[in-house]
Amino acid sequence: MVQTQGHGARTRAHSYPSVSDPVLAEGVARRFAARWALRGVTLSVRRGEVVAIRGSNGSGKSTLLRIIAGALRLTRGTCLVFGHDVGREARFVRPQVGLLGHGASLYQDLSVAENLTFAARMACIAHDPRSISAAIEGVGLTPSANERARNLSSGMQRRVALARLTMCAPKLLLLDEPYNSLDDDGLAVVDKLVRDTRADGGATVIVSHDVDRVSGIADRILTMDDGLLFAGESAAIARDADARAHAPLLLAHDRAR
Amino acid sequence: MSLDPPLGIRDEMSRMRAVAWKDLTAERRSKSNLNGVVFLAVMMLVLFGFALGPDAEALRSAAAGVLWLTILFSGVLAFNRSYQLELEGDALETLLLYPGERWPIFLGKLVANLVFVLLVEVVVVPMASVLYNLAVWRALPSLLTVLVLGTIGFVTLGTFYAAMASRVRAREVLLPLLLFPMLVPLLVASVGATMALLSGNAMGDAASWMRGLAAFDAIYLIASTLAFPYVIEV
Amino acid sequence: MATTLDRSADPATGSGLLRIPHEPSWVRLVGIVGVLAFVGAQAVGVLTSPPDRDMGDLQKIMYVHVPAAWNAFIAFLVVALASIGVLVTNDERADLLAAAAAEVGATLTALTLMLGSIWGRPTWGVWWTWDARLTSTAVLLVIFVGYLTLREYAEEPERRMRWSAAVGIIGALNVPIVYMSVRWWRTLHQIQSSPATVDPHYVIGLRANAIAILLLLVFFIARRYHLSRIENALAQRAERRALFGPEIGEDRHAGA
Repeated sequence: MVQTQGHGARTRAHSYPSVSDPVLAEGVARRFAARWALRGVTLSVRRGEVVAIRGSNGSGKSTLLRIIAGALRLTRGTCLVFGHDVGREARFVRPQVGLLGHGASLYQDLSVAENLTFAARMACIAHDPRSISAAIEGVGLTPSANERARNLSSGMQRRVALARLTMCAPKLLLLDEPYNSLDDDGLAVVDKLVRDTRADGGATVIVSHDVDRVSGIADRILTMDDGLLFAGESAAIARDADARAHAPLLLAHDRAR
Repeated sequence: MSLDPPLGIRDEMSRMRAVAWKDLTAERRSKSNLNGVVFLAVMMLVLFGFALGPDAEALRSAAAGVLWLTILFSGVLAFNRSYQLELEGDALETLLLYPGERWPIFLGKLVANLVFVLLVEVVVVPMASVLYNLAVWRALPSLLTVLVLGTIGFVTLGTFYAAMASRVRAREVLLPLLLFPMLVPLLVASVGATMALLSGNAMGDAASWMRGLAAFDAIYLIASTLAFPYVIEV
Repeated sequence: MATTLDRSADPATGSGLLRIPHEPSWVRLVGIVGVLAFVGAQAVGVLTSPPDRDMGDLQKIMYVHVPAAWNAFIAFLVVALASIGVLVTNDERADLLAAAAAEVGATLTALTLMLGSIWGRPTWGVWWTWDARLTSTAVLLVIFVGYLTLREYAEEPERRMRWSAAVGIIGALNVPIVYMSVRWWRTLHQIQSSPATVDPHYVIGLRANAIAILLLLVFFIARRYHLSRIENALAQRAERRALFGPEIGEDRHAGA
């Protein structure tokens, strides 16, 4: 079986996926008007695991993450997060999932502190000034705490989004290109976040084209191409017919119980 | 594995307050919007005055209708803006990913829009009484009640339809197209009550119109809140 | 040997040749019966009632105007029920039904208003009266048009389905409220209400026409619904072709 082990892989006893796994997606498909962005993705992620997904633009990576988070509805298939259906039981899924999207997703006219206070109030976690300052400090943005989001660079805005994620401490991290537009400090925060989540028994799915960065921390590296998920590190492999012949094996493995 | 249970009502109310606070703070920061709408509304009053002619009696009898139309046409500008806020920073996705139900988001935005339109009315109503020579003092508490009741219904439906209209290309056309036919009962009742109050309420009509308004508000509020989860999406 | 993608697992293809749905045979039958019934009902109306003492033969227009109005409201009821169906079952067929009913209903409503206007002019000297029924009908037309316009602008099929359903249900909820509030408004202003149409002479003609137009309504909605389903199936077929080429059993040279 073609399965690339990242350097961060730990040897573990082979275990079959179970219903209460962080992610159990089967045959997930999503359609946008006439175009199928996802065409039957099957994926399981175990506790403590870090899975990296790479692929070219338009391969459906971001769409997959958003479906797992519950931000997009799926057209076909099922997706369970910690045993709960992302569609019908979203209210159980959302408290446990944290999504770092492409953009920072901030209110431009509110300050950093205000954005984070709002997030904390909406997530029903501590929103007193001290907790907020601590979160801001955690991403090194204390000097800009009262600066409007509009005036921050995109890298800094992304760090605010990271701070938001850190505050909520989700058990399933979904990171969409976390290494984009972040400086070294920001990257260190991302790495720490992933390690902490793993240590707590959570799981992470990272979408990134930065293979070097990701192989240091990922247990498995998968490839997405044209709406389908493949084992193997290189998209070229994925297009190769032989690798595709192995793809059903990956699906079978993930599907096996 | 322990799960966070669905949030209790106190938590949801707190989330609703957070949304209202956020909308109002963002609005205050870009205060150009409120000022613009207020000036527009005053200009409308003036234009109506020119259109309906210099006869003071004619103006006074048309005043209730003119007042409410001005509120509707200027207030409608607030609703799309409230969702624009979410689209601008791409914040909507994150907003919808927080734990909890959708109705706090709807009611939070509703409250923020309500404050906005009421602030416009704070200027428009005195201006109208000056321009059209209205005896508002006579029945001020009742008049205020009518204004609030009518505005609640208006803002409820406006906030609901804007959730959809703000997402499409022709939002400036689609929102009025969807919203205005739905405002007919509110307009009829609000103008009816206002007219009755301004002319001394000889027949006691105002009270029954106000009861009607309250009933309409309740129906629209419940229906919109129930339907909102189906129309708000990323 | 290189395996091709396992297409049976691919949702874009599913399995088997995509069937184009067939219109049930009763639809055509209803259409034919409806046309005959309409002709018959008009004849009944013309023959069984004498010229109205005020309006003369113009009164006969009522035999289309009033049943059209009734059926427009029935169409809207179908929109409302189908919309509830959409939210409950999430089935796109309910959505197509609602859209078909909305189109037919909008046409009927416009017809009602035009005929009402034509009737009103010689009768009362005005093109329009602000009576409760006519006004509610006008508002209903705008609600229909708003519904259809929303569908035009919402491109994503699933979003369009949910949005239309919500708008359809809330719109339907409001129609009786509009009617009541306008009636109330009129009585308070003590305006003369429009002449009653329930003179016993007219009842037979009205009922006959109501049923005839109901049959035509059912026919048009069913036909429009079926056309939507065909459009849908053809679009999905074209999409599969684009992805995978012609399927087994499909004529390679047939047009999409």
